[in-house]
Parts: sequence; structure tokens; C-alpha cells
Amino acid sequence: MIKETNKIINAIIYIILASLAFITLYPFIYVLSMSISSVNEVMKQNILLLPKGFSIESYKIVFKNKMFWQSYYNTIWYTVVGTTINVIMTIIAAYPLSKKRFIHRDFFMLMISFTMFFGGGLIPMYILVSALGMYNTRWAIIIPGAVSAWYIIIGRTFFQSIPESLEESAIIDGASDYRILMQIYLPLSKAILAVLVLFHAVGHWNSFFSAMIFLSDGSKQPLQIYLRRILIELSSEMQRNLPGSSFERAAYGIQLKYSSIIVTILPIICIYPFLQKHFVKGVMIGSIKG
Amino acid sequence: MVNKAVIKKDISQANTTRTHAKGTRKKDKDAYLGKLKRNRQLLILFAPVLIYYIIFHYLPMIGILVAFKDFKGFSNITEFLTQNWVGFKWFKEFFSSIYFYRLMRNTFLISLYSTIWGFPIPIIFALLLNETKNEVFKKFVQTVSYLPYFISTVVVVGILFNFLSPSGGVINIILEKLGREPIHFMMSREWFRTVYIVSGIWQGFGFSSIIYIAALSDVDPSLYEAAEIDGAGKWRKIINVSIPSILPTIIILLILSLGQMMNVGFEKIILMYNPSTYEVADVIQTYVYRAGIVNAQFSFASAVGLFNSVVNFLLLITVNKISKKTSEISLW
Repeated sequence: MIKETNKIINAIIYIILASLAFITLYPFIYVLSMSISSVNEVMKQNILLLPKGFSIESYKIVFKNKMFWQSYYNTIWYTVVGTTINVIMTIIAAYPLSKKRFIHRDFFMLMISFTMFFGGGLIPMYILVSALGMYNTRWAIIIPGAVSAWYIIIGRTFFQSIPESLEESAIIDGASDYRILMQIYLPLSKAILAVLVLFHAVGHWNSFFSAMIFLSDGSKQPLQIYLRRILIELSSEMQRNLPGSSFERAAYGIQLKYSSIIVTILPIICIYPFLQKHFVKGVMIGSIKG
Repeated sequence: MVNKAVIKKDISQANTTRTHAKGTRKKDKDAYLGKLKRNRQLLILFAPVLIYYIIFHYLPMIGILVAFKDFKGFSNITEFLTQNWVGFKWFKEFFSSIYFYRLMRNTFLISLYSTIWGFPIPIIFALLLNETKNEVFKKFVQTVSYLPYFISTVVVVGILFNFLSPSGGVINIILEKLGREPIHFMMSREWFRTVYIVSGIWQGFGFSSIIYIAALSDVDPSLYEAAEIDGAGKWRKIINVSIPSILPTIIILLILSLGQMMNVGFEKIILMYNPSTYEVADVIQTYVYRAGIVNAQFSFASAVGLFNSVVNFLLLITVNKISKKTSEISLW
């Protein structure tokens, strides 16, 4: 009796999970299909899941746009520079905080953790950034968010898990704190470094709000702002510059959106398997702290 | 008759004690300086982060003062500090405006429904996943489930706009095929909350489930065996073994999410809303953005923002205290 019920429950579970997987994947498949289908099919509103016809014309249009390349470059700049700063700042904070002998350690810990619960707010930050002369500069994007308390804590927890005996023997040999960090701790920290790099890089790649409030110059804007204009603000001037009849222009206008999405999320999807391996670890380390 | 000798001894003893006290104070100071010196490298390493926190987290806290003044820009610090103080004027204005009720209501409702619908789903998903024996299937479903988390908000909302478009959006195409009228979702007050929450669940359930999956994999298998010996089927095992085992995790995460109640994802709302949906979509943070950054009403927006921060903070402390009392599980 129980065996039968078990089998039925099992089957139901598999069906539910498979459906969930499908629902999760569907938007991606749809967007991809729409972007590579032929224009006529797009206009006929015939496409529900799989592509009909084939055309990469919309991609060509996306790639012809200079603003697109400028934005792509900006996003890459913000991601590389931003992530580098993030990781360095996190490590130089996490390492001292992980040492019990660090003077005023508890005070610094409190000072940093407090910022997770209370802050000045959006407007004071905005005023500060302007007062510092950073408005409409690239620095406004990467400096205010240079380091996060959450990741400092994760880093600290990780460093604390490294056996003290390694450090002790190094101190006996006369090694300085710098050397201990660089030659002992960092080589052992590949896992945490991977987590830091991946999380921050994805964060920078996807960010748009800082750019929205701090940048007025189109030339510095990241990909997400460019996308926002195409996808959400529905700018029609782009449509006017498209090739073909007015019918085709309308169709390309629609398809262009889907192609832009694909081109933007492609890097994320490509590093995704790599990402996956490490961020599960990251969440685990983070949750142990909790 | 006090002996002069005794008095002299007392005085000299007092002097020695004073010298000793000075001596130990000096020793303390030397010890401290010594400790500073030994920590020199650690301090140098830490310094940039310290400076960063002072400038970008604690200095803005002084900026909170802006909420109590009539801010008009400033050219130096003294001008900033002495400029027109208006006390609680902005707060009074905010509390008595129609916005106050509306923003609070929207924030609360969006948070509440997000939690009611969004909180259980990762748990259920983790429980279901835990019951599957096929490793390949399990890995596949898990991998797929985290994918939306790494997609940017802009792309997610962009996809929403396209799917829900009244002319050519997939959802409406399906609706039409079913013989119904197309719905202009993104302009509709009735649908806003649903769209926001459902898309939020789509994006986040996989990532949120990781913690539960990890907690479930930590459960002692002998507990399951014992249940089976007692005649429990799959269903019973889930209810009586799996769920109780991850209950502490669930409670901690519930506390954390309740503490975040006022922090409705305003970036997403800014992308999603428009004047037709302001009435249900506007939350405190989006209002702060519009009033402060778009309309440059700095002082007023600061006041609203400060109100938000304070309520947030109090909420977190309260929820934590309650949880400590009732279940001994808390954040600190």
C-alpha cells in the first residue's frame, strides 16, 4: 500500500519539478526564438516557443549601433575596475578583522556591521557624491559601493577557518603581517576569492541605479541603461533609423529588443556553470555566519 | 598625638603611590603604543576601508540633518551646519499628506503578499528536490532554477514589458487564443502587485532555496530510517522529519525577511511603474527618489528617507526581540 502511494507521490514530485524547470526556462527560450526568427513570423505573432524561419538581421542592427558598443565598453570597464576594487577592499578589511590580536577589533567590527542596519539614506548619499565632485564621473559608479559589510564578514569567517598553526610558525620565522597574508592566506583563499569576484562582477554587470542617478552623460552609461531605453522607455527614434519598409521597421523594432537582451545576458550565461560551482559555496559560508 | 614620623611616612607613601600610579599610567600608555606598533601593518591594511566607511557611511549620517533644515546647497561646512533649521516641518508635512497613507499601505501590502507567496515556495521547492533520487535530474532542475537570479532587473522588467504587452505580448496572444480580451497589464492597478510578486518569485526562488537544500542535506539519514521503520511513507517523512529539521533555518530566514519588510525592491518598481500605477506601486523609497532626485526637494525627501530608515531599524530590533523570547532563535 505504502509502496504504491510512494510511487504516485514520486511521480507527482517529478512532474511538479519538471514543470517548474520549464516555466523558469521558458522566457529565455522565447526571447532567443524571437530574436532569431524571420521578421515576417515575428509580425504574425506566431511564435510561442520555438523559432520560425531564421534571420540574424536584428543582431546586425544591434551591432551597427555605436551607442551599443559604447555602453558595452562602459559596462566592461565598470565591472573590471569595480570588481578589482571590491575584492581588494574586502580582503584588506577581512584579514585584520580575522586576527584576535588586531587592536580595537571589536570596535571596528561593530562600526562595519552597524552599516548593515542603518544608513544615511539616498538623499544624503546623493548630496555627498555631488559635494565630492564625483557627479557624472565613472568614480560615482564604483566608489560609493566599494566594499560591503556582508562580504567583509564572509571573508573574515573564511580567514578564521584557516588553522592558526600556519600563522604561528610563520611568525616564529619572522614573517611580517603582509607576508603572512600574501604568501600563506591568499594562496589558500582561492575559493573565497572566486566567490567575491563572481558575485561582485555579476553585480556590476547588472547594475543600473547608480548610473541612473549619478550620470547625466550618455557616453558613460552602462549597458543596462542602454537596455532600459530600448526595452522600457521604448524610444522611437531608433525605430526610424531601421532599414526596410515601415512594416519591417516595426517588426525589427520588436525583434531588436529581444536581440539586445540576448547579447547582454550572453556573458552571464557563458560563465554560469563556473558561477554555479562557486556561489553555492558562497551562500554556505555566508549562512554559517548567520 | 599624631606622630610626625607617621605623617611623614604617610605622605611619602602617598607620593610613592602617586608615582606608581603615574608609572602604571605611563606603562599602560607604553603598552598601548607598543600594541599599536605591532599592529602597524594590519592597521595600514585596514585604513582604506576605515576611511571609506567614515566618508561614505558615517558622513552621510550627518547628512540626516538635511531632513531638519531647508536645504539649499552650501559652499562650506559652517554654512551647512548653521543654515535654516526647520525642525520637524517636513515630517509633519509628510505625515499629513495623502502620500503617507498611500505609501505605507503600498509598502506594507507589497511586502506582505511577497512574503506570503514568496517565502514558502523556495522551501517547498527544496523539499521536493530533496525527495528526488535521480541525481542528473536534480542537478538539472537546480541549475535551471538559479538562472533567473543572475539576470539583471532591467532585463527581467524588459521581458515583462514584452510578454505582457497588449499588442503582441505572449501572454495576451494566449489570452486571445482562449477567446479573451487582451489585458494591458503594466498599466493596470489591479495587476501591478501580482506581476511584481510573480516575477519576483520567478527570479528568486531558486537562489533562496539553496540554504534550505543545504540544510536538508545535513539531516541525519538515520532519522529517515527510523521513520520508515515506524511505517512512514514519503509524505509522513517530509512532514515529520524534513520540516522539523530545517525549522531553525526557516525561522531565522523569516526573521530576516520580516526585518526587510520596509525595503521593498524599489529599483524594480521604478522600472515597472508609470503614472497610471503610481497609486498602488509607489512605495516610500520610490517616492524619495522622485521627490528628492528628480524634483530636487532634498530636505523633504531626506525626511521621508530618514523616516524609512528609522522604521526599518526599529522593525528589525523588534522582530528580533520577539523571536528571542518565543523561540530562542535570533540574529544576535
